[in-house]
Amino acid sequence: MQDRIKYWKGIEELENAPEFEKHAHNEFPEFLPVNELEGGESSNGKTRRRDFLKLLGFSMAAVSLASCEAPVRKAIPYLNKPVDVEPGVANWYASTFYLNGDYNSILVKTREGRPIKIEPNPSSGLTPLGTSPKAQGSLMGLYDNNRLRFPLIAGKEAKWEDVDKQIKSRLANVSGKVAFVSSTIISPSTKRLIDEFGSRFGNFEHVTYDANSASALLQANGGVIPGYDFSKANIIVGINADFLGTWVAPVPFAKQYIQTRKVDADNPSMSRHYQFETMLSLTGSNADVRVPIKPSEEAAFVTALHNAVTGQGASSGSAADAKVMAAVVKDLQANRGKALVVCGSNDPGIQAMVKAINTALGAEGTTIDTAAPYFVKQGNDAAMIRLIEEMNAGSVGAVFFFNANPAYNHPLAARVVSGLKKVGLKVSFADRVEETAKFADFVTPDHHYLESWNDFEPKRGYISLSQPVISPIFTTRQMQDSLLVWSDQQTNFYEYMRNNWRSVASGDFNKFWEKAVHDGVLENGTSMLQVSTSTATASTSVRKIQPAGVEAVLYEKVSIGTGEMINNPWLQELPDPVSKATWGNYVAVPRLMAEEMQVVQGDVLKVTFANNESIELPALIQPGQANGTVAIAMGYGRDLEAMPVANGLGANAYPIATVADNAVLYTSGVKLEKTNATSPIAQTQTHHTIMDRIVVQENTLAKYKENPKEVTKYIRLATHEGPAKPATISLWDDYEYKNHHWGMVIDLNSCIGCGSCTMSCNVENNIPVVGKAEVLNRREMHWMRIDRYYSAKEHEEKDYAEMEHPADNPSVIFQPMLCQHCNHAPCETVCPVAATMHSSEGINQMVYNRCVGTRYCANNCPYKVRRFNWFAYANNDKFGFNETMNNDLGKMVLNPDVTVRTRGVMEKCSFCVQRVQLGKLEAKRENRRPQDGDIVTACAQSCPTEAIVFGDMKNPESRISKILARQQGERAFHVLEELNTQPNVTYLTKIRNLA
Amino acid sequence: MISCILKTQSKILYTFLLALVVSFGAFAQEASEQAEIAQKGVTPGATEGAEVSTGDPAVISAGEALFKNNCAVCHSAGGDVIVGPGLQGVTDKRSESWLISWIKNSQALIQSGDADAVAVYNEYNKQAMPSFAFSDDEVKSILAYIESGQGVVSAPSEGVPGATAGENVGTDAIGAVGGYLDIVLVVLIIVLIVLVVTLLLIASLMKNYLNQNRKLNEYDAEIVNQRFDFSKIYKSKAVRTLVVLIFVVVLLDLTIDKVMGVGIQQGYAPKQPIAFSHKLHAGEHQINCNYCHTTVYESKSASIPSANICMNCHSQIKTESAEIQKIYRAIERNEPIQWVRIHNLPDLAYFNHSQHTQVGGVECQTCHGPIEEMDVVYQYSPLTMGWCIDCHRETPLNTEGNGYYDNLVELHEASSKGAFTVSSNGGTECSKCHY
Repeated sequence: MQDRIKYWKGIEELENAPEFEKHAHNEFPEFLPVNELEGGESSNGKTRRRDFLKLLGFSMAAVSLASCEAPVRKAIPYLNKPVDVEPGVANWYASTFYLNGDYNSILVKTREGRPIKIEPNPSSGLTPLGTSPKAQGSLMGLYDNNRLRFPLIAGKEAKWEDVDKQIKSRLANVSGKVAFVSSTIISPSTKRLIDEFGSRFGNFEHVTYDANSASALLQANGGVIPGYDFSKANIIVGINADFLGTWVAPVPFAKQYIQTRKVDADNPSMSRHYQFETMLSLTGSNADVRVPIKPSEEAAFVTALHNAVTGQGASSGSAADAKVMAAVVKDLQANRGKALVVCGSNDPGIQAMVKAINTALGAEGTTIDTAAPYFVKQGNDAAMIRLIEEMNAGSVGAVFFFNANPAYNHPLAARVVSGLKKVGLKVSFADRVEETAKFADFVTPDHHYLESWNDFEPKRGYISLSQPVISPIFTTRQMQDSLLVWSDQQTNFYEYMRNNWRSVASGDFNKFWEKAVHDGVLENGTSMLQVSTSTATASTSVRKIQPAGVEAVLYEKVSIGTGEMINNPWLQELPDPVSKATWGNYVAVPRLMAEEMQVVQGDVLKVTFANNESIELPALIQPGQANGTVAIAMGYGRDLEAMPVANGLGANAYPIATVADNAVLYTSGVKLEKTNATSPIAQTQTHHTIMDRIVVQENTLAKYKENPKEVTKYIRLATHEGPAKPATISLWDDYEYKNHHWGMVIDLNSCIGCGSCTMSCNVENNIPVVGKAEVLNRREMHWMRIDRYYSAKEHEEKDYAEMEHPADNPSVIFQPMLCQHCNHAPCETVCPVAATMHSSEGINQMVYNRCVGTRYCANNCPYKVRRFNWFAYANNDKFGFNETMNNDLGKMVLNPDVTVRTRGVMEKCSFCVQRVQLGKLEAKRENRRPQDGDIVTACAQSCPTEAIVFGDMKNPESRISKILARQQGERAFHVLEELNTQPNVTYLTKIRNLA
Repeated sequence: MISCILKTQSKILYTFLLALVVSFGAFAQEASEQAEIAQKGVTPGATEGAEVSTGDPAVISAGEALFKNNCAVCHSAGGDVIVGPGLQGVTDKRSESWLISWIKNSQALIQSGDADAVAVYNEYNKQAMPSFAFSDDEVKSILAYIESGQGVVSAPSEGVPGATAGENVGTDAIGAVGGYLDIVLVVLIIVLIVLVVTLLLIASLMKNYLNQNRKLNEYDAEIVNQRFDFSKIYKSKAVRTLVVLIFVVVLLDLTIDKVMGVGIQQGYAPKQPIAFSHKLHAGEHQINCNYCHTTVYESKSASIPSANICMNCHSQIKTESAEIQKIYRAIERNEPIQWVRIHNLPDLAYFNHSQHTQVGGVECQTCHGPIEEMDVVYQYSPLTMGWCIDCHRETPLNTEGNGYYDNLVELHEASSKGAFTVSSNGGTECSKCHY
């Protein structure tokens, strides 16, 4: 008998835990939780008679009052209308988002002068397709009510003139070293400006450090990050490098990576991806072969690989399975010049060996573009550690912090704090009073990036610009302008940057400049950024990580990163791609360890670090986590007034990172103790359970090559005329589509699960953030979710002995799930008030103003994609963290073309009908049919791997029609086809290139 | 016997009354229909001035557009003075080359000492005419338009752009019919009252006469001195039920009417912070709507003009007016003018002006009513969903020359004989307006 693949969404489903059972059967609560938020006695969900009468009386009174007189509403036009702004028409500006390596060339959509959406910039060569979820969410940072509105002197509100006067006079008398501490700066003009600013001082140093450092990688590669090109690699080996999620430049990497993984029957070839890692990362989830290894085994593994590939030394002693190792080595050697090994370790010795492996494989010049390295990480651990010691020694006279928060995110945070007390002048450019700014004499808040001019060079020869898309909301000032003022220059940064650009301009400068600002990118091969390169080669001697009882790793979450945007409610509620947890961090423990410790999900563990500090966090049982290890995300544990959204969430796990030999290691041994407390983790993974039906399909490349028609299982109904397609047997008449027939194809092979689509959908469609408590109640509102299924082969009982527990190293498959816009929609037939209906263009319409909230439609939806507004999330103090709807500044981000839904109505994916309507209108105004690609949904537009294709299935020339024609009967399938819902969303079977 | 006479008499009276009421009702209806037709005629949606063709119509229409966007603010194409002189016949008075140099830069011409130029300048209070960067051809097209006489309106006070004089008869007709009706009504009422009084008098006279002068038998006396017993009616079950029923129905009807009317602001005409008159601007001066509502063909909102648009003209014109001083004050204080919004659609409905004006070719007045006659703007249409849907069901799509609809029109004609309306293209589906 063939092994069957069993899919499950979480340990609780795999083991059928009672909690899971309860929720699965109680998916649709009977009662309306009217008083739930008050937490009073009536929180059992029953409304008492008196309360009911009170409510009834009140609503009667309210209705009659409301009907008396309509409120007078004002129409306030501009006093002097700007030429470019037409009310009701969106303007688009090219700009750039860059944060700690996450680089995106973007277009910013503005309405009436306020930015409301971020989209990828198709002119960019690096990131023409999608964005990262962080880039999408960064919009909220602009409208964050907790940003500083003015500069501070010693924590008190001050005027810019006073700040400038005092800083200038104190800089004139500064004694000792002047240090400028920043995270990586990829702006050529800013770098030049900082150098010029420092040249006035006798002793100046610009120290760059990254909260999640790539120092060792830089050291091994002469100060730059090698120009990896995953699109040229047949064999990819990743070692603790989450290059699709957080490592170096995830968005460009994802675009390259996926190019080799799109398959059809004419071109059935794809790269093979091996991943060796401790925790199950987004990248590991996409790997064809994944092997869990402990941090202490990493060095031995890399050494073994190095020796096997280069043929030097003994190739034994690797922790990894000898069979897998042999397969990796065989594949690498067979693909010289078409193989790439990347490693996320911060040990220079390991990185030197990885470089040697790549050299031996002939990767340089092929899968590594030596002419165009990346600049997105430049942090130098040693320099920062030296500066901290100098501060403590009292030899630093002045220090500036720009996008740097070492008092929080440096392993020597305590030394930073003690050192800061000995520095004469401390200036922070932070946008709020965070951990480091607390100790600053002056806080001179920088603009948000959407309010600033800047330039960027993430990769040699790829330059981009950012331009202000809104005038500054608060009286902040761009850091660069502050430096110019303090160095008594009469110019502003805009002029400074323009002057700097004259060196690369050709022809008339104004024309050149206008084109560059318009396009947002300059990619003619010119390079402006000067980075400090060193020619010293690192030795391949490896630092030994001592195996510990429990080895902990510190990692970046895809949505939260190193914690700069922690106060962003959108990003907080975006489920982690793998664990599907929202709102907070946790200790990811492997199943075996949990069993040994008798820990169940949600039990609070006390984690004691090497420095004897300890934190308490709930445990999350993470399938695929290497045994004997735990993983905790960075960025959490903030307790600041200026971060109300993040306050009280999780704990600070930075103490895991340790300093050894002037380098930061993001792993160390910890002690775990069970406490008696429990703390639930708001995970969305099992919220919409599939009850063992077939919803995802996958197969192997070998099978696909053999016969592409057999990789997908199609369900056929038995009739007296033999097996028939479910769609051929129907009660209803089919719709006739004359004009358009909108549809979507989602390629499960291309989806890496990053969550950009979810984020983009949230921003586009005014989807409320409901908070941790409501997520725990399974009431998150995301229209688009990414279902992550773990899977393992089910063995027959007789090979029980060889059977590996399915949760130890499962395969992972991601499936974006949204309203399927069924042609025979089960929801449409049960609505008593016809609030959900089918359009003549194939869209399943949801009419909020008609909905009375019976929730029959949600009960009848087999895809579980309908979301009910249990509460009013707008203008409701209890949901204050839902900043987009609860304060005047936050509301500026709302899309004015989409209704903000009220309490008691159902909502769901609309196929971005506002975009469909606008696209059609634009075509009509220009007397033409809409072109394929004119109308794109938000999810499809922001997908970095083009996994989602949206279009008109009536147009035979459209991409979607061509894909469907190509894949019909091969990889194309409808989810739950047997129900004959005839969805307009089609999925393509995932193909794995197993070794 | 007599009772018989009496009875017949009252019968005649009733019949007469009934006939009167019916005929009056019918007449009133007819009159109001007439009025309605007249009113509809005023909506200048589909009207364009009759083409008096001298010269190339393309040139003239180009000139018309230029004239309306640039000149019409200060000049009429007829003979009347707005700010500058009316331009009817200007091409006969002045040479073309003189006009071209005047339009391009009048101040230069005045300074050069041209006698005509100086005379005109002095005649119109030394009000300088702004310079226009037109090409010679553009000026010629404007002159061709003026010469064609298309812009001439018979009387300046009636005034929609493009409305022909004849339509205004409609307006007058309403007035005439209305006045006539009033008189007929009054006369009728007087006649009726006189009639009733006379009849009552006769009845009472006859009764007195009968009672006093004739000896009546018991039976006749009872008839003559009939007393109506009201309590019988009051006590009757049928009547009571009927009254209660009528009461309930009326109450229900009133409630439903009122409830359905909640939020409908038809006729809403709030006082605005500045007494701006559309009648003056759009009516008398025939300024194109698009001149101030700049985005009406491009955007979802038509946009309320910003103060700088007002200043295009009012930096020169009527600078002393108290209302216009308010604009100056707003600009000085850097505070935008807070107009009261008249047309309030609920947030759940999406409406796009350009869809209707640019694509659909709908005239502003179709929804906004005779805006060019409104001193104070009021909400002309109910703006209810029923009103939207009715129009979408009935209005044929403006498909001509629009490549978007090419195939759709053919498909529609193949399958249906009816007009290709907005609704037959899916224009009444929920998500066309609600999302």
